[in-house]
Amino acid sequence: MPKPAVKTKEVPACERILGFSEVTCGYTQEEAILEASRCLQCKDPKCIPGCPVGINIKQFIKQVTQKDFAGAYYTIREKNNFPCICGRVCPAEYQCRKACVLTKKDSPFASADSINIHFIERFVGDFGMKNGLKVNIIPDEKISGHKVAVVGSGPAGLCCAGELARLGVKVTVFEALHKNGGVLRYGIPPFRMPRDILDFEINYLKSLGVEILPNFIVGKTNDLADLFKEGFSAVFLGLGAGVPSFLGIAGENLCNVYSANEFLTRVNLMSAYEFPKAHTPVNIGKHILVVGGGNTAMDAARCALRLQKMNNIEPDTTIVYRRTEVEMPARRLEIEHAKEEGVKFKMLVSPQEFKGDDSGFVKVLKSLECKLGQPDASGRRRPVAIEGSDFEIECDLAIIAIGLKANQVLTSVTPEIKTDKYSDVIVNPQTMETSMRGVFAGGDIVGGEGTVIEAMGMAKKAALAIKDYLYQLPIK
Amino acid sequence: MKILSKEVLSDFQGVRVISMEIFAPKIALKAKPGQFIALMVNKDGERVPLTIVSTGNDSIRIIFQEAGFTTRLLGRLNLQDTLYAIVGPLGHATDIKRFGKVILVGGGVGIAEIYPVAKALKEAGNNVTGILGARTRDLLILENELREASSQLFVATDDGSYQRKGFVTDILKELLEKDKYDLVYSVGPIPMMKRVAQVTKGFKVKTIVSLNALMVDATGMCGCCRVTVSGQTKFSCIDGPEFEAQEIDWEELTQRNRVYQDKEKHICNLNKLF
Repeated sequence: MPKPAVKTKEVPACERILGFSEVTCGYTQEEAILEASRCLQCKDPKCIPGCPVGINIKQFIKQVTQKDFAGAYYTIREKNNFPCICGRVCPAEYQCRKACVLTKKDSPFASADSINIHFIERFVGDFGMKNGLKVNIIPDEKISGHKVAVVGSGPAGLCCAGELARLGVKVTVFEALHKNGGVLRYGIPPFRMPRDILDFEINYLKSLGVEILPNFIVGKTNDLADLFKEGFSAVFLGLGAGVPSFLGIAGENLCNVYSANEFLTRVNLMSAYEFPKAHTPVNIGKHILVVGGGNTAMDAARCALRLQKMNNIEPDTTIVYRRTEVEMPARRLEIEHAKEEGVKFKMLVSPQEFKGDDSGFVKVLKSLECKLGQPDASGRRRPVAIEGSDFEIECDLAIIAIGLKANQVLTSVTPEIKTDKYSDVIVNPQTMETSMRGVFAGGDIVGGEGTVIEAMGMAKKAALAIKDYLYQLPIK
Repeated sequence: MKILSKEVLSDFQGVRVISMEIFAPKIALKAKPGQFIALMVNKDGERVPLTIVSTGNDSIRIIFQEAGFTTRLLGRLNLQDTLYAIVGPLGHATDIKRFGKVILVGGGVGIAEIYPVAKALKEAGNNVTGILGARTRDLLILENELREASSQLFVATDDGSYQRKGFVTDILKELLEKDKYDLVYSVGPIPMMKRVAQVTKGFKVKTIVSLNALMVDATGMCGCCRVTVSGQTKFSCIDGPEFEAQEIDWEELTQRNRVYQDKEKHICNLNKLF
C-alpha cells in the first residue's frame, strides 16, 4: 500500500469567502518532496501520455525527490511554458492523475491515492518564479528573421507565442480586450489564478521578446490579409470559444439573468467586486442560481457567493444541474471547494422558464425534475424531464453557465478559412493548419470548449508546424 | 488614444454634449458609417460603446452627452489627455446603397449618430430627408451639418423654442402620409425609436434603428447587450447595432437598459458628478 497522498493546505472556507485571494496554498518544499517520493517511478509511465503537452512527469518528480528543483523546473519548461498556471488550473484528475497507475481501474476520474502531480508542478513552477530561473532562447537562424502574428492572448495564443519566441521568431500577439490573458483573466477568478502569477508568466513571455498589443481585434481593426501585407509570415488563431450559449427558455433576457461570461468578466476583468472604486457594476442577488455543472459554473457560483458575503447578504447561491454530481464536468476540487464555501447543489433540475416582476427583474425559475436515462454520446447518462413534476425556485439573480460557441468575428470576414457546423475552425489535425495557407489555429476555436492545457497542447502542435512552415520560406 | 480636439456643442442646465476627436489611425482607416468603438476613460473605467461620427486621417470623432458617470468622466478630459483604451471599429456597418427616398430621424445626441449615415446615403444617390428633434433649442446639435447632408431638413423641439413645437414623430407621420419613402433610419432615445417604429408600421416602410444597449466587452463575448428581435435573442454588439425597428422587443430593451440605474446614481453621487 502506498502512503496516503499529501494534502495541500487551504485557506479555511469561512475566511476565503471574504475576498478573492487564493484558496489553495500549495506545497511547502517538504510536502512536495514527500508527495513526489510516493511516485512509483513506473517503467512505462502512463501519466506522460495523459498530459496533453507530454511533460516528462516521471523525471521532474524524481528530480523533486532529489531536491533538484531547478532541474525539475527545466524538465517541465521543455514542454510547458506556464507551469505556475497549469499547476493551478489543469484538470489533472481527468488527465495525468487519472492515467496514474495508482488510480483505480474504470474510475471516472483520478483516485485520491494517485500522485498529486499538479501540486508538485505548481511547487516547481513557483520555485522557478521565485528564483528567477530563465530558459535560454536558442535562435534558429533559418527562421528567426520571420515575424508571426498570434491572434488572441489566451492559453492557446500565449503557448504558441512562447514556443516560437524560444526559437528566436519575432511574435506579436493581438488581443481584443484591454488586458492580456484571455479566459485566464476574464474567466478564471483570482482565487484560483492569482493575478500576480498570471502577470509573472505573461511578463516572462514578454522577456522572450513577445510583443502583446491590446485593444486590437483582428477581423475589425485589421484583417488577415493586412497582417500578411505587414510582413507577418504566418498567423496562429487562438480565438477561444467566445460566445455564451443560453438555455433558449422564456424569460432569459430578464434583468439580472447573466451569462457566466458576462458575470465573470464584470467581476474578474473589470473588478466589479470593487465597485464603486472600479466603475463597472454588477448586481448581487439575495437568492442566486447558477445553471450548469462545469468549471465555469463553479467559478461563477463561488464569485457570486463571495459578493453576497462581501456585501453583508446572507450567502444563498445554488448550482442547479440537470444531471447528478457524478456527471458534472467540473474539476472535483472545484466542486469540493464550492461545497466547503457554502454553495448549495440542486441536482436533476431542468429549467423551463424565468418569471420576472413588473420592472423586468427575474424572480423565479420554473423547472421540472429530471431522472437519468440512457447514456448519450458523451457517455454520461442523459437527463430526462419528468412530466408533471413542475416546481419553482426563487431567484433574484441567475447565471447561465452552460457553455460557449465559436466567436465568428474573424471567420465571418475571412471566407478562406473553412469552418464546421459549429462554426469552429477546421484544421489539419496533424499540423493545425487551416484551409488558408500560413494560417494555423488551436484551442477552443478548433476543439470547442476544452481546458487550458488542451488548448496549449494544440498550440504546441501548431507551433511545431509553423516552424516547419517557416523552414520552407526564404530566410529573412 | 490622445484627445486631439474637444468642443462643447451644447450646454443646457449643466447637460453638455461634447465632440471629441481622438487619435486612432487604425480605427480611422477601417471605420464605416454605423460602426462604433468601445472605450475606457481610465484603468478603473467601464467599457462603453460610442458611435464613430466621422473619421479624419489619423483620428475618429465621437459625440456624447454627459448623461451617466462614464460620459461625465470623459467630458472632463481635455486636449492631450489620453484614454486608457479604445477598440474598434465594432459592429456591422450600415447598408449603404441607393434606396431612393430616405428619411433620417435623429433625437438628442442621436443626431450625431445619423449624421455619418445621412452623408453616406446622400453620396450613394439617395434623396435624404432629415428630421431632428431636441428637448430645447440649446440642445440641438449638428443642424448645419445635417442640413448639408439632406435635401430637406425639419426640426422639432419639445418646448417649441425652435422651429416646430412637438416631436419628430409628428413630422415623420405627416411626411409618410404625403409621400412614399423607401427607408426610415432612426437613432435617439429608446422611447423615440419605439414611437418611430409604431408610426412607420402603418406605412409598411423599412425602418432601421441603431440600438444603444449596455455592453461590456462589445465583441460578442458576454451577451450583456442581448435584445429580442423577431422573437430571437441577438447581441447588439456583433449582430447589430442596427435592427429592423418593428421586430424589436422595446419593453425588454427599456428594462434591460435600466438594470444598473441605482448603481449609476450611487457612483455619480459619490463622485459629486450630478
